[in-house]
Amino acid sequence: MNSKSDVKLIDSKGKRLDGRKPDELRKIKIEAGVLHRAEGSCYLEWGGNKVLAAVYGPREALPKHTQNPLKAIVNARYNMAAFSVEDRKRPGPDRRSVEISKVISEALEKVILTDKFPRASIDVSIEVLDAEAGTRCAGLTAAGVALADAGIPMKDIPVACAAGKIDGKVVLDLGKEEDNLGDADLPVAISPRTGEILLLQMDGHLTMEEFDEAFDLAIKGCHVVSELQKKAIEDKYKSVVEVE
Amino acid sequence: MSEEKREVVIPSQLIGDIHKNKAGHGTFVENGKIYAERLGVLSKSSDYINVIPLKGRYDPIEEDFVIGIVEEALQSGWLIDINAPYPALLHVNEVPWEIEFGETEKYLNHGDSIMAKILQVDVTKKIQVTLNDRNLYKIKGGQIIDVEPSKVPRIIGKKGSMIALLKKYTRCRIFVGQNGRIWIDGDNEGIEKVLQTLKKIEDEALSYGLTNRIEAFLKKDAKDVR
Repeated sequence: MNSKSDVKLIDSKGKRLDGRKPDELRKIKIEAGVLHRAEGSCYLEWGGNKVLAAVYGPREALPKHTQNPLKAIVNARYNMAAFSVEDRKRPGPDRRSVEISKVISEALEKVILTDKFPRASIDVSIEVLDAEAGTRCAGLTAAGVALADAGIPMKDIPVACAAGKIDGKVVLDLGKEEDNLGDADLPVAISPRTGEILLLQMDGHLTMEEFDEAFDLAIKGCHVVSELQKKAIEDKYKSVVEVE
Repeated sequence: MSEEKREVVIPSQLIGDIHKNKAGHGTFVENGKIYAERLGVLSKSSDYINVIPLKGRYDPIEEDFVIGIVEEALQSGWLIDINAPYPALLHVNEVPWEIEFGETEKYLNHGDSIMAKILQVDVTKKIQVTLNDRNLYKIKGGQIIDVEPSKVPRIIGKKGSMIALLKKYTRCRIFVGQNGRIWIDGDNEGIEKVLQTLKKIEDEALSYGLTNRIEAFLKKDAKDVR
């Protein structure tokens, strides 16, 4: 199946290029409330990804014609820094980041209790400082923590994780080489409490069986990341009740 | 307030069952279970489970006293920023002055501060404020500081005990708006003391026996008590 290149992505012992097992996540670090001016924020490191998310609002949606008299609108803006990739990325929105902004906005809208803030907008800025495959998952995960940190009413903290296929095998959380040279990538975002799917995209080809396997693996990954998200928020705020 | 340990809850955390408790503020119910809808601190009062928000914007409630800043003078009123998601409207009929049509700018202009009362909040969250109530007027002098709106009840204290302490020891005039804006007027020393104390209250807002500790803190170097 490895038509794109001759690089062995899985060695004879079943280990991947960076030494991970097939169902192992990259190292994840989450910190809530890192920015002073934003209402809520989050800094997240996911393997080589470094992502900063900031939440502003709810505030009056402008221009006025974008307002919805019944509920708030959610504007997520995904942006990659010029220095986030090896060659300089041309700054500004492009086809790819517009798409990611849209799917993330829709995923977040599903968990936020938007009917509490008619005519308002909730703006989420997601800045990718350093990219190494899976930035939309990292961005959405960071946005979830930032929203909770901003005190925005929501039904759940959204979380995302990807699975994929490399060297004909289904694995969790693709790294950079695996994403470039592998056969398929399947980012999934869920609402971990209910298991509802908020985002599901696929790049490459999978058979029905492989899809089911990859999907289940990604969901498992989501639940692991979800615990890290909750811990990050608890760590930030548990001290407020412990003063003497 | 009960003496059990306070607990921080995060959105989607399971906090109760609908058969045992009633779902209060900051919670939502799904399949008979009560969940927290926002970051906050758990509080149980009688049958209700509430989540008191730790952070977040001011949610306007009718009859609240707030401090607003004039954003814009309109033909027949003003747009007032009250720290809520939406600007509030102050209509010319709701001020104590006689105003000719189109002369609103003579009385209140961009940047002026007022003490106001929330008159009405409708379903689409259109807010109206009024100046027609006791002690409401345009603010002259002093300074305005911002605090987290969720900490305002602590700054006021039980039946105003905390704010009475502050006034007693610092000899400042203080007005606390429910929207997290506080107006202070007095001599520089007094204002400095108030700012320090407010910071302390904000930092320790969730601890017990705060009023007593704040009193000790103020007493330490208070010279002349009214």
